[in-house]
This record gives sequence, C-alpha cells and structure tokens, in this order.
Amino acid sequence: MPYQPIKFYQTGSFAVGNRLLDPEQRSVQSDSERGNSLNSGHRACQGCGEALGARYAIDSVMKATDRQMIAVNATGCLEVFSTPFPETSWQIPWLHSLFGNAPAVATGVAAAMRAKGRTDVRVVGQGGDGGTVDIGFACLSGMFERNDDVLYICYDNEAYMNTGVQRSGATPPAVRTATTQAVGPEPGNAFGQGKNVPLIAMAHEIPYVATATVADLRDLEYKARRAMDFRGARYLHILVPCPLGWGSASCDTIRVARLATESGLFPVFEAERGEVTSATPIRHRVPVEDYMRLQARYAHLFRPVRRTETIARIQAAADRNISRFGLVKEEKTTVKRIVPGQSPATGQAVG
Amino acid sequence: MLKQIEGSRAVAEALALCRPEVICAYPITPQTHIVEALSATVKRGELGRCEFINVESEFAAMSVAIGASAAGARAYTATASQGLLYMSEAVYNAAGLGLPIVMTVANRAIGAPINIWNDHSDSMSQRDAGWIQLYAETSQEALDLHIQAFRIAEELSVPVMVCMDGFILTHACERADIPTQQQVDDFLPRYEPRQVLDPAEPVSIGAMVGPEAFTEVRYLAQARQLQALELIPAVAAEFERGFGRDSGGLLRPYRLDDAETVVIALGSVQGTIKDVVDELRDGQGMKIGVLGIISFRPFPFEAVRAALAGASRVIAIERALAPGSGGIVTGDIRSALLARPLPVSPVIAGLGGRAVTSASLRNLLTDGHADALEPLTFLDLNTELVDGELARTRQARRSGPAAENMLRDMGAVASRVG
Repeated sequence: MPYQPIKFYQTGSFAVGNRLLDPEQRSVQSDSERGNSLNSGHRACQGCGEALGARYAIDSVMKATDRQMIAVNATGCLEVFSTPFPETSWQIPWLHSLFGNAPAVATGVAAAMRAKGRTDVRVVGQGGDGGTVDIGFACLSGMFERNDDVLYICYDNEAYMNTGVQRSGATPPAVRTATTQAVGPEPGNAFGQGKNVPLIAMAHEIPYVATATVADLRDLEYKARRAMDFRGARYLHILVPCPLGWGSASCDTIRVARLATESGLFPVFEAERGEVTSATPIRHRVPVEDYMRLQARYAHLFRPVRRTETIARIQAAADRNISRFGLVKEEKTTVKRIVPGQSPATGQAVG
Repeated sequence: MLKQIEGSRAVAEALALCRPEVICAYPITPQTHIVEALSATVKRGELGRCEFINVESEFAAMSVAIGASAAGARAYTATASQGLLYMSEAVYNAAGLGLPIVMTVANRAIGAPINIWNDHSDSMSQRDAGWIQLYAETSQEALDLHIQAFRIAEELSVPVMVCMDGFILTHACERADIPTQQQVDDFLPRYEPRQVLDPAEPVSIGAMVGPEAFTEVRYLAQARQLQALELIPAVAAEFERGFGRDSGGLLRPYRLDDAETVVIALGSVQGTIKDVVDELRDGQGMKIGVLGIISFRPFPFEAVRAALAGASRVIAIERALAPGSGGIVTGDIRSALLARPLPVSPVIAGLGGRAVTSASLRNLLTDGHADALEPLTFLDLNTELVDGELARTRQARRSGPAAENMLRDMGAVASRVG
C-alpha cells in the first residue's frame, strides 16, 4: 500500500490527526460513513473499555467486509448493556445464545453461510474473558481445531464483571475480586500458572492470533481488519480496562491500558500459524507499580503495608513478557518513524 | 422402496431426503450409526453444500445447530443420554429462540451407574425444555416422524425431538419403506425462517427480556405447543395422503373398543404390549386395549380424555422414574382425567435396557385388570437384591457403593478384586 509521509503525530500515543492524512489512510472511526456497529444509547458504565474496544473492532470488521457480517455474542456485560429489551444498540445482525457457546454458535452461522453459498458473509464471535477463557473454552478450542471460518474476539477485563467482579481464569495474581478478597495472610487472587489464551490459540496453529488494547486504537483497528484477510479460525484478544471492577477512574481507561502494555504486563503482538510475526515495542518502559497504583484492585499491596515481595513477583512476570516477546529493543531508539496507513507497532498496513 | 435395514440407517436415509443444510455430530451410543451414515452421505456429495461438522461436545453440537438455524439453515443433530443432559442448556435455548432444529434422541438411561441401554430417562428429563417430543414405535415410524418433524418444526418455529428407543429401534434390522426424494420434496417445502441473521436486514436475536415481557414470551411457548396439537394430526394426515402410511399423529389407539383396562405406553414397548393384549383378549376375553402416546409434548390432554372415555382403569408403562414422585407420564394422564377420575397405576418398566417380556406383561396386565397393583409397581424388581442392600446400609455406616455391592451379591464377574 502506498503511504503518505507526515510530520505531526502525538508523542504520547502516536496518534495522527486524521485531517493530515489522505482519506483512504484515515482511521475507520474518522470515516463519516463508519458502521457505528454499537450505536449510542447502550448501558455501559462510564469509561467502559469493552464498549470502546467492541465498537472499534466491529466497525473495522464492518468496513473490511463491506458490512457483510454477522456477530454472535456470549452472555456478559457487552450482551447485557447492548440489548436491554426492547432496545438494541447493534447495527449488525447479532445473535446471543448462551454464556459458554459463542464460538460454537458462530461456527454454526459460518456453516449456514457456506451451505447457502454466502461465503462473502463473515462471522465474528465475541465475549468477555469469562465467556472465553473459562466457560466457553472448550467451544473455542473446538472452533480453532476445526479451523472454522470465524474471528473470535475476547474483550478481556480480567474478571466476571457482569455478575459483580468475581475471579475468572484471566484474573491476574494478587488482584482483589469479590471471590478473591483482600483479606488474610495472602490477600487477593492466588498466583496460579496463568491461562494465556493468545498463546493457547497459537498452539492450535490457526491462521491469525493477535492481541491489542484500547490504548492503541489504530493498532486495534488494524488487527481487526487484518484478521479479515485470512480464512479460517482467528483470535483477537483485546485488553479492556473496567473502571468498576478494577477500581480505576473512568477517565483513566486509556491510561491504564497503556500502562499495562508499557509495563510489559500485557504484551501486544501478532502471530500467524503459531509463529509470532510482530510485537509492539515498549517505548517508555514503566515499573508495574505505575500500572497497579491507578487501580483499587491492587490497593492492598500498598496499604497498610507495602507487600514488596508480591509486587516483585508481578514485576518478574512483566520482565518475562518483555524478554519473551522482545518488547524492549537493545539499542536506544528515541523517535520511531511513523508511516500513516501502517500500524506504528508492526509496520503493517492499516485499513 | 422396501428395504431390510437397520433403524439408524433408515432414519439417516430419511434425513438425507429432507435436505438438511447443517448436520452436527458428536458420538454417543446408541445414536452414532445415524450420524455415521449421514457423514458418508455428505462426503459423497449427495447433499450438495450440506455441512457436516464434527464438534467437540454435545453442548457444541446443539450450539452449532442454533447458529446454523438462526442463520436460516435447516439444522439437525442426534444425541442420547448423558449427551442430551450435557447439551441441556442449549436445548432450552434453542426452544426459547424459536429455532426449528430437529434432533433424534436415541433413548438411553442416565447414569450413575453408567448404563448404555434403553429407557426414556434422557428425553423425559427435557420434558419442559419447550421442544415438541414425538416417540416412535417402530423403525418405520421413526423414519416417518423425522420427515414430519421438519415440517412441524419449521411451520411453528419450535424445535422437535424425535425419540426412538436405543438399540431396540436404532440397531435392529427391520423392513422399512424408504420414500422417494420426490415424495419428500412434495411434502416438505424449503425452510422459510421467521427470523434470520441477514446483513441486508440486521436484527438482534436473543436480547435480554425482564419481568415486563418474560411471561408473555413464555406464554407464546405454550401457545405454540397448543398450535402443535392441531398441526401434528394435520401433518400426519397429509403424510398419509402423500406416502400411503398411517404414521405419526398424537395417539395410537389399539383395540380400545369396550376396553375396561387401557395400557398407556410410549415407544417400542407397545409391540410386546399389543401381542399380550391380543392374547388376553382373544384367549380370555379380557376387555383390554392399548393407547400409545406419540406426542408427549405437547401432551394431548383432550385426546387422551376422549380415548379413555369408556375405560375403568389405566395402567401406565413408564420407561423412566421420577424418584420421589414415581411415573412421569402418569401425572399427565391423571391431569387429563381430572373431570372423570380413573385409577391410574404407574408401572416402572424396562429401565436401563431390562427386557419387558410378554410373560411379565401377562402377569402385570392380569393383576392390573383385577385392580391388584400396588400404588407404584417396579416390573420384575429383584426384591431380594434391594432388601439385601437396604439391610447392609442399616448395618454399617461405610456400606460401600450400592451398585457394586449388588453386583457382588449377584455374583457378577470382576465385581471384586482379590
């Protein structure tokens, strides 16, 4: 794709003013003809990362498919806040069946499209982390293994937020939830082995796996669009901070998501057929503490006594991500060249 | 065309004639032969673009069917026993969403103890799921009911479960008349969904409904079942015109004229019951008849009442047990008879594949005709065995696993190591 050199971008986020770009290089959201897949009026909380992530991801898929798409939603916040009877915010054909079956229902929709010769219609399954990494996990793995033509998007807010912030398989260690309370000698969630579904998805060797956050929305748009370049099973895992569950300020959703990546706790990468093809480098590395201090779910690690050892274990996990995915370059780079139309993270073209 | 054919294969041939578009399969005995046959049919390309999907669980099987049906495809799956229970959440969901999925249940017991043989515990457990439940007496009827099931399901937007006795029907080779493609095409029109996921007309399906309208949604489920009471006999009548066979409908009465004792049953056990009834009528002049229930959901209360108008007593042969209550069908029969109560004797029979023999039935029906049955009868119960186990549990706290204890009492091989 030809690109257009530009001179100005926001130093904090790499955001480029769309007016400085040619129309075809602009973001999906800046397009007055954008799909508005998740329209205004829904009941999400202030600062909801999931609502933001879903609109950007699905609008991007709508654009990539010329609106020839169907979405299947697991039970959860996104489902509940978007479709309170008798209203719906969805501007796309949308089906909600159950909590644990969205990947399988999406498989069924895709099968029906093939049976009807409508392979132009693409299928997206989506759900929160509970519906994806826990109760829907078997259906997700089955869909991957069969390589069904479905993009599954997990909006990960690291707990069961819809039912009132209970621990899920995606809840990080030491975090306070309603079922891992900040009491006792080891307050908060236990240190388990973790359940890294992007890596598990890669182990299925499906065509495309990517992670993203709501802190880098151009990258998120790019990855949703890029996923539609492939046929077969694809997985997009988006970190979406939840002000209610994380105890962060509604105005800090983007900041918290950015600190998750800049600390190394949430690596942002792409993989094809089981191999990592790109990882977004950290530009301003921060200690995990900077990320944790904005969230009340970690407050018990700092008050009344500082739990240095616990914080160090979390820092070690972030350091491991950084070395594993090569998130910090050896040489000191001060300015990264920004090419509009390409993901600043990956250099890949952005739709 | 007449064939000597296994029940499962006969059903698979009928299903292929129904031109399904998405078939989901997960193996569980004894339904497996049906989807195995269909997988070959699809693989040979005989069903056009039909998708055959090997899923990772029964929960996924029903979920794939839900997605396919909501996207406007004719969807089919088959299951049994534990598989039906494992998909139960999706079974209810399919009905709630009004998706006309057709599913075969090859009836099998539910564990523990694990048991692969026939009874009706599985489908009876889904009695209130909102599906229509039709029970086949023979392989021929199972085959015919599947063709009728798509018609009924799609006309009403209600899923239909065709229940056929595991092994007894699924694995037995019998004569079956396989219809022609033309006959089925004339009978079963293309599926025109009431609601469909279509990018040209985006709709949201499966929204949350609160107290303001939930009762009304459930009322419509009841209303559709009542419509099915009208539709099922009409479809059976049309089927008879097109295929030349009396198959399906709500009930199957047999020698009910002047019958004082009426035996009510579902499924394949009716064959043996009819033989015994013939014997008792023709040999001893006993006024006894049989009322087979094909449509268990919706339950045909009025038709049952009318069929029992001249009866003095009812014996209900139940192939499932509701522990703490007794017979499941008995409750519905008693409801049907509220205006003119009759004694209804529930008989739990044929659990976990125990043969319901004509010798046992002869004694049972003779006792029943003489009003000599207990309030709840377990046909051919080995009382010595259960008394022994009950005594054991009274004697020692750690009395051990009941099923294994009884197997040991019976001298079953390998029930004790060492």
